[in-house]
Amino acid sequence: MSSEPIGHRVGPWLRSRLPELDPVLLAVLGVLSLVGLATLYSAASDHPGRFGEQLRNYGLAAALMIAVAGLSPRMLKRLALPVYVVGLLLLVGVLVGGVSVKGAQRWLDLGVMRVQPAEMMKLGVPLMLAWYFDRREGAVRRRDFAVAALLVLVPVALIVREPDLGTALLVLAAGFFVIFFAGLPWMWLGAMLGGALASLPVAWTLMHDYQRNRILMLVDPMSDPLGKGFHTLQAMIAIGSGGFFGKGWMQGTQTHLEFIPERTSDFIFAVYSEEFGLVGNLVLLVLFLALVARALTIAHQAATPFTRLLAGSIAMILFTFAFVNMGMVSGILPVVGVPLPFISYGGTALVTLGMACGMLMCVQSHRKMVQM
Amino acid sequence: MKLLRNPEREVFYFRTRLVAATAVVLGGFALLLGRLAVLQVIRHHDLYTQAEQNRIAKVPVTANRGLIKDRNGEIIAKNYSAYTLEIALDQVRDVERTIDDLSKVVPIEARDRRRFHKLIEDYKRIDSVPIRTRLTDQEVARFAAQSFRFPGVELRARLFRQYPLGETASHVLGYIGRISPGDEQRIDQFADPDGYEGTEFIGKIGVESSYEEYLHGTTGFEQVEITAGGHPVRTLARSATVPGQNLVLSIDIKLQQLIEKAFGDRRGALIAIEPDTGDVLAFVSKPTFDPNLFVDGIDPLSWDGLNNSPDKPLLNRALRGTYPIGSTYKPFLALAALELGKRRPDSVTYDPGFFWYAGHEFREGGPPGGHGMVDLHKSIVVSSDVYYYALANDLGVDAIHDFMQPFGFGQITGIDLEGELSGVLPSSEWKERRFHQKWYGGETISIGIGQGYNSFTLLQLAHATATLASGGVVMKPHVVRAIEDPSTGKRRLTVLSESVRIRLNPRNVEFVRNAMVDVNLTGTGRAAFAGAPYHAAGKTGTAQVIGIAQNEKYNERKVEERHRDHSLFIAFAPAEPGARPKIALALLVENGGWGAMAAAPIAREVFDYYLLGKLPPAGAPAPHDDGVEPVAAASRQDAKVRR
Repeated sequence: MSSEPIGHRVGPWLRSRLPELDPVLLAVLGVLSLVGLATLYSAASDHPGRFGEQLRNYGLAAALMIAVAGLSPRMLKRLALPVYVVGLLLLVGVLVGGVSVKGAQRWLDLGVMRVQPAEMMKLGVPLMLAWYFDRREGAVRRRDFAVAALLVLVPVALIVREPDLGTALLVLAAGFFVIFFAGLPWMWLGAMLGGALASLPVAWTLMHDYQRNRILMLVDPMSDPLGKGFHTLQAMIAIGSGGFFGKGWMQGTQTHLEFIPERTSDFIFAVYSEEFGLVGNLVLLVLFLALVARALTIAHQAATPFTRLLAGSIAMILFTFAFVNMGMVSGILPVVGVPLPFISYGGTALVTLGMACGMLMCVQSHRKMVQM
Repeated sequence: MKLLRNPEREVFYFRTRLVAATAVVLGGFALLLGRLAVLQVIRHHDLYTQAEQNRIAKVPVTANRGLIKDRNGEIIAKNYSAYTLEIALDQVRDVERTIDDLSKVVPIEARDRRRFHKLIEDYKRIDSVPIRTRLTDQEVARFAAQSFRFPGVELRARLFRQYPLGETASHVLGYIGRISPGDEQRIDQFADPDGYEGTEFIGKIGVESSYEEYLHGTTGFEQVEITAGGHPVRTLARSATVPGQNLVLSIDIKLQQLIEKAFGDRRGALIAIEPDTGDVLAFVSKPTFDPNLFVDGIDPLSWDGLNNSPDKPLLNRALRGTYPIGSTYKPFLALAALELGKRRPDSVTYDPGFFWYAGHEFREGGPPGGHGMVDLHKSIVVSSDVYYYALANDLGVDAIHDFMQPFGFGQITGIDLEGELSGVLPSSEWKERRFHQKWYGGETISIGIGQGYNSFTLLQLAHATATLASGGVVMKPHVVRAIEDPSTGKRRLTVLSESVRIRLNPRNVEFVRNAMVDVNLTGTGRAAFAGAPYHAAGKTGTAQVIGIAQNEKYNERKVEERHRDHSLFIAFAPAEPGARPKIALALLVENGGWGAMAAAPIAREVFDYYLLGKLPPAGAPAPHDDGVEPVAAASRQDAKVRR
């Protein structure tokens, strides 16, 4: 719970400069980043440029984290609505004039840079909802949940249209966590779960073929081992062949002989598992658990409804990212485009995660201030 | 719903939610851990194996096929490396268009296309089909420059079989061809079917087939680490490829060529054997064919040409043609008569030109009025039919059968070539079995002049002649003399010792041999062997192709070419008293007419070459009509009218 033991040793130096940085989070993120870099070094041995790019991405994410950590919760609160509205406009913009990559329109070319508005909404939606519920503090009514649901479903619907089902589900989850922490009655939760289960057949008919295939492959990857099931199957072979202690760093045959698809990004967990085995996985799970536990602790200690809800939902978003990615790579969840937090190659995800952690630190450093 | 007014209560509610969330997180990670443990502990072995299978490809490295050499070391079947252009059927959508486009880069002829389609038709499982073989360097360069335009078309270096002498000895050599479903079953019977992995070709006939297992060698394997895209990364292990062994034939290929040339465009067969060893020195079946046509898949037009030709070039006449052997049977019957005590050398029979048996007249084709008083010696020299009509009658069919059987007449000789036919050495028991009829005495008469039910292969006749030449030592005939290790050059003989020895009185053998020498000195073979500096024992024969009514006169000119008699000759040399014959032969010229005229001159050429190293005058094939007056010492055998 307390950061005192580590604080005694590492804390004073960091705090002297940046008192708003949380040492526990910093330590966990540091170790995760090292693991991530080591894994990427192996996974990207045939893409030598990626390691350097990823170093740069970490730097950018760290800078953003520190910048966001330095903000005040009040500032975050003020940003909530503009970020949400701009994000929504950009999502519309993507559908109207976005750049198509691999059959999906996810990018918006702003001239100087390309952005993925859907990525923004992973944090934009929880910010917006936390802001909304904070305004209703002490007077949350049923219709507030309805409004909140609408605030979630509009961007989710826009993202589904791109189509980018994976991100849409993550944004939906992010929004849901805020609503959940805001006190969604258990009865309603039960009803929603039941409704979701009941609507599965409808969802099935609405899905694209490739999406259906991903789910079918989950049930039986061997039905088409060289085709649609190839990715999952090869990832599972990589993980399983790693065994207890793994094949050793840089020794993964599935990795280095290119059997693992997307091995630097979405499927990097297979690389890690193959080379470091069950022991390594245990370490990784403990690291993620520590990350999530620290975030939940921060939520627990948070002073205001806004910071509680924000920190709580970020904690669960981090959990969801890690769980969904590892679940998909190990073959218990369908394949959706979710990177493994702090490990997968890619700047966009790291920036989002860095900002999320910055928000957590911001909440933590202001836990004793009572906001007006 | 009541309003949540109390911030303290709200915090409490929030914390219960946090507990629930923590439970979800712990549950989720526990689920993951469980899943990972299942994969990495319980299914580890299985998945590890799959990863290894992913990683390691077993690449067969096929063995070089053994060479085939003649007895003097001249290479008559070899391998050479050439480029082929192959189309991977599963990677090319419009095969016809691809071929059309290809033909603008490298010449592709109509026969290439026909062969391509036949290959697809014949070998359903084939995935890479050659459209052009043996590309020139220029063609290779032209395609290589354009290859990006042809995905699924590959240039491959392959080893091809080549028979540098073309049509020579093709009935001995045979050829190789693509492995068919039938061949696969055959391979499964081999001692080491795995040694065939990656092999595309197999011997189809001839020694290429009968020595397939020696020639082929054993495919080795390389264990290669490959990427998901199939690109080799490094070799992990290799098991050695064992090259095929070379064959050293007993055939003297120069002699073979000389004989094939001597036959010209006449049909027929000749087998020459070294009596002491059973080495087949020449194995001729005319016409022949070019085995190179078959190697990369014969195109349908060439196939039809060969298969439908009335000359039947694909028929191995020496091995699978069964013929009545006419008067060449007589020396063996003479020996039987002596050995069985039915005749003494000085026993005399009167030959009036015909023989009466049970109211039927058996004529002979000799001079009008017959040969007069004929003893055993003269019966061979002048080839008296009447003498042998009477002798056969005295011996009886079953005694003849029992005497001839060890000589190999009507028996499989066991030569190292596949598809040998046994022919028929008649006996009363055989007739009972074959026709469910008893033997009639009249049927024995024509047996005496090598007609009737007698039906032997040229191989059998040559083999029997060699056995006669060696005084009864039976050596199993063989066309492969030794198996040679390609790396050390060490040779292993295939046939080492005699098979059987027929107990014969040397004086009787000597008697028959002397009579056969006189055939070539003063008898029916004298014209062909005039002036020979060595003695050759011989016997002419003429075998009837169609039955001619006894009251009809056989007139060679009137008879359609294909109904003319077959011309036969057996001989061995040297045949001086005490000399060991070095070569024995039997030959037949289909529809060649009189034996002394068509067949004997070829035997003279063979002996002149083999014993003296003398080549026939360049150019023309052996003379057809050698200035012999047919009437002088002729012996034309007519079988009796059939019942």
